[in-house]
Amino acid sequence: MSTRAEEVLTIFDRSREGRRAAVLPDAEVPEPPLEELIPAKLLRSQPPRLPEVSEPEIVRHYNRLSRRNFDVDTGFYPLGSCTMKHNPRLNERVAALPGNARLHPAQEASRAQGALELMWLLQRSLAEICGLPHVSLQPSAGSHGELAGLLLTRAYHLDRGETRHRVLAPDTSHGTNPASVTMAGYEVVKVATNERGGVDLDDLRAKVSEDVACLMLTNPNTLGVFDENIAEIAGLIHEAGGTLYYDGANLNAIMGHTRPGDMGFDIVHVNLHKSFSQPHGGGGPGAGPIAVSDRIEPFLPRPQVVRAEGGNGGGPHYELDLDRPRSIGRLRGFQGNFGVFVRSYAYVLSLGADGLSEASETAVLNANYLKARLAEGRAGRLLPIAFDRHCMHEFVLSGKPMKGELGLATLDLAKRLLDFGFHPPTVYFPLLVEEALMIEPTETETKETLDAFAEAIERILAEAEDDPEVARQAPYTTPVRRLDEVRATRRPVVRQNLG
Amino acid sequence: MAEASYPEELLYHPEHDWARLEGETATLGITWYAQDSLGEVVFFDPPEVGAELTKDAAYAEVESVKAVSDVIAPLSGEIVEVNAELEESPEKINEEPYGGGWLVKVRLSDASEAEELLRAEDYRNLLMSAE
Amino acid sequence: MSRYTSATPADRDEMLDAIGVASVAELFDQIPEALRLGRSLSLPSGMSEPEVYERMAALAERNADADRQVCFIGAGMYDHYVPALVDAIAQRSEFLTPYTPYQPEISQGGLQVMFEFQTAMSELTALPVSNAALYEGPSSLASAGYMAIGATKGRRRFVVSRGVHPHGRETLETYSAGFGSEVVEVGLEDGATDAAALADAVDADTAAVFLQSPNFLGAVEDVEALGAAAKKHGALLVVATDPMTLGVLEPPGRCGADVALGEGQPLGNRLDYGGPSFGFFCATEALIRRMPGRIAGETVDVDGRRGFVLALQTREQHIRREKATHNICTAQALNALMAMVHLAWLGREGYRELGELLVRRTAYARERLAAVPGVELLHRAPVAREFALRLEAPVAAVLERCAERAIAAGYPLGRDYPEYEDGLLVAITERRTKAQIDQLAEVLGAAVSAEAVHA
Repeated sequence: MSTRAEEVLTIFDRSREGRRAAVLPDAEVPEPPLEELIPAKLLRSQPPRLPEVSEPEIVRHYNRLSRRNFDVDTGFYPLGSCTMKHNPRLNERVAALPGNARLHPAQEASRAQGALELMWLLQRSLAEICGLPHVSLQPSAGSHGELAGLLLTRAYHLDRGETRHRVLAPDTSHGTNPASVTMAGYEVVKVATNERGGVDLDDLRAKVSEDVACLMLTNPNTLGVFDENIAEIAGLIHEAGGTLYYDGANLNAIMGHTRPGDMGFDIVHVNLHKSFSQPHGGGGPGAGPIAVSDRIEPFLPRPQVVRAEGGNGGGPHYELDLDRPRSIGRLRGFQGNFGVFVRSYAYVLSLGADGLSEASETAVLNANYLKARLAEGRAGRLLPIAFDRHCMHEFVLSGKPMKGELGLATLDLAKRLLDFGFHPPTVYFPLLVEEALMIEPTETETKETLDAFAEAIERILAEAEDDPEVARQAPYTTPVRRLDEVRATRRPVVRQNLG
Repeated sequence: MAEASYPEELLYHPEHDWARLEGETATLGITWYAQDSLGEVVFFDPPEVGAELTKDAAYAEVESVKAVSDVIAPLSGEIVEVNAELEESPEKINEEPYGGGWLVKVRLSDASEAEELLRAEDYRNLLMSAE
Repeated sequence: MSRYTSATPADRDEMLDAIGVASVAELFDQIPEALRLGRSLSLPSGMSEPEVYERMAALAERNADADRQVCFIGAGMYDHYVPALVDAIAQRSEFLTPYTPYQPEISQGGLQVMFEFQTAMSELTALPVSNAALYEGPSSLASAGYMAIGATKGRRRFVVSRGVHPHGRETLETYSAGFGSEVVEVGLEDGATDAAALADAVDADTAAVFLQSPNFLGAVEDVEALGAAAKKHGALLVVATDPMTLGVLEPPGRCGADVALGEGQPLGNRLDYGGPSFGFFCATEALIRRMPGRIAGETVDVDGRRGFVLALQTREQHIRREKATHNICTAQALNALMAMVHLAWLGREGYRELGELLVRRTAYARERLAAVPGVELLHRAPVAREFALRLEAPVAAVLERCAERAIAAGYPLGRDYPEYEDGLLVAITERRTKAQIDQLAEVLGAAVSAEAVHA
């Protein structure tokens, strides 16, 4: 991390008239005035004020900025539900091969056979992992997959002559679930959580009806526990004619151990940027392919990658199938985030069947170990587990006793962790748990790292017993300290004033 | 305002709203408790003048940095004025919840509804029992 | 111990002891027996790094990428040169591997990039508010539809020019099934949107009018004149645009647009067979609280130091849930960084010069190709970097012949426009030299004449 003494300048602040980096090729063709080519009224009257900087300055500027970021290549990042696992560099290398990186998306299918085969292979792999026969790679992220799933549900019911209005989601669900429900034109109905952290079956029974289009679940859920009643839940929804949607944010817990399709889900999205190692990029890109059951397949987005067996002794070839009359249509441009598919497929090849299964095992082992470590000492007393049972790949603690006894909010603990070189867990989610801390260590961390994290928490709590102000004012060692978010939102400044 | 206060002359709704009756009209706002639990208010999204309010239903939203809360109507009626100053200075809702931080003025459609609202003492008891 | 994990057998034993179970399998006991897979996944075994590399390289080898075929295909994504420093910066771990900046104290780099990107996109489009990017162009257009419904208090009709990218129109249709809205299309007249038909189509129930300039056929539209119909009825004017043309073309913000958006790939992003890239999304001040996506804002820390945070988060799904302005969570931060670095590299002068270079080479190519026997212009509207031709021979067969001579000659318009079955869309970038254009003219001419004979 950079020192805090540096002045914060933007690339626009560094601009000096007359500096430049790019040298462009000569036109090589006649250069008439632009007005002779395009009517003057359509031409730009005032140029955009982009910065004027030299190449060395650009490199220094962004390198300097990079040092003001924390990232998973630097340290432990136990952000719950985000699966911050290692991002193999091999995947970057193969994504950058010209055959991938420089392939135009409108290239004829016959000249993009490697790309289409890769997509087809990834589709088959995800189908096997999810236990559902059909896959569309098109959605750009998890929430895009959710929207796709709900539009598929709508199309499925319309096809049967039904119009349904409600979608059920547990009160522990990710915020994207209810937001997607509204975008898809449904009304969201919350389902309560039982004392074991699963869906409250009585509440579910009371809310299931012929008007319910879909139930959206993640299993293990956002409390990190597996809902043992899933078969019964699926039965209730299917009996009422609804679809069951699986939010795959937590798939990293179960790969090779159980499959959403076998649990009764009709539609699953997979976050390739979580379980399948696509780097998060500071907030994207990702990809959110969906896997679906037979009854949903006719409605999958266009285009769909299909394989045709070759005639005349030739091998199979791959096509983009646009002729899908019952399809919900396109969800985006071209074929999807292909560069993400390349990385994820390389990951699947690297791990293979046993490696994927072992990744989930180790993720669950690491989570349970860290949970056990945090059940000791001060943490055990001040940060109790929200639902006391074995967890899957993540678990949720409540900072309520810490707040009561030490006057330390979960936010303060999170900020103090920054001074210890750790990214804090997800905080204040799920909403059901007061002062929640949601911790997901992933399989790629060592025992030493988990121990160090547990020790840091213990030290922060011990320090707060002496003087809670230390944590309340934290962090101290970061490029900036706590920021005035009220000011940023009351009178938002969302671009630089260039005069 | 740093200290909790619940003026005697106001009527209270259990969803943490207050009403000041002025004959056929009433001024509405949120209580000290409401603004304190919300934290620093950054935005108030007012309804339009002429909009209808229904007692116990949401009629507007107040936002802090990381939360949005519905504002519940303590009484029914039609909005005759909204507090335009809050657009520039939403912090008034924190600073003067019963003064400059008022939200809307309403022409009441059923003045008898006021009988169902709480007196300051009852509202304070409600807050204490909730803790 | 598998790839990318590090628990040794000894670690495992110690950890199981601490947890108080005998085996990892015991931790999976919470999954009911009947639901356990009980077998290995039916996937190949894991491979070593060199094996994976060879396997992936063999797949990539079977793609006719732009290094192997001179690429005149555009249709929304373009073979621009991505400067080397873009790759170097975007591959830094500190940009590549963090999550969304939920902890601003340790995310100042990413947040400041967002702020710079927003500033740059506001400059390009001449609209005051930009978000920090959405997925890509077409879904950004559909997202503008969702915003328009809210901004017009529930109007549900969209009027869309047939010049808008077909993927954008189709995505808007897909989303509209959820919004409960209706999409009305307005046709083209000599390559540009039919102004009279547009004026007729817009009514008091129209939430938004969608235009694209340059449009899918490459024509530069008179956005200001066309947009009057939207203004008249209080509908939002949404303009999709190509960010590489705004150095020379009047930007949407100065033509009355309420929203300017589009595919960001031309800025610093590789072709990647269609993604990941990013969508940019800019709007007027009045729409700031209805914007989809992340927005960074400037502020100060407790010591008064300049800093950046995610602003206006109450719009977003993680707070407002079912009432959010959009469901988006993961967007395209890294791709927006690549765009910002590319724009800084081009700089104020370079950005304009590049736009001018595109216009002039495009004019040259258009004239040169229109002079080829059997080839004529599909429309005469002004163009910036892409233009449409008609061929007097079957387009697919002509493209195949060009491909055999290592030229991807363009995009067959018949894929999306049955009325232009004979149409070919040709795109120019700074990588397409005069020599390549001349070669295209020669190869295309030969292909057309050969195929015309066949016919």
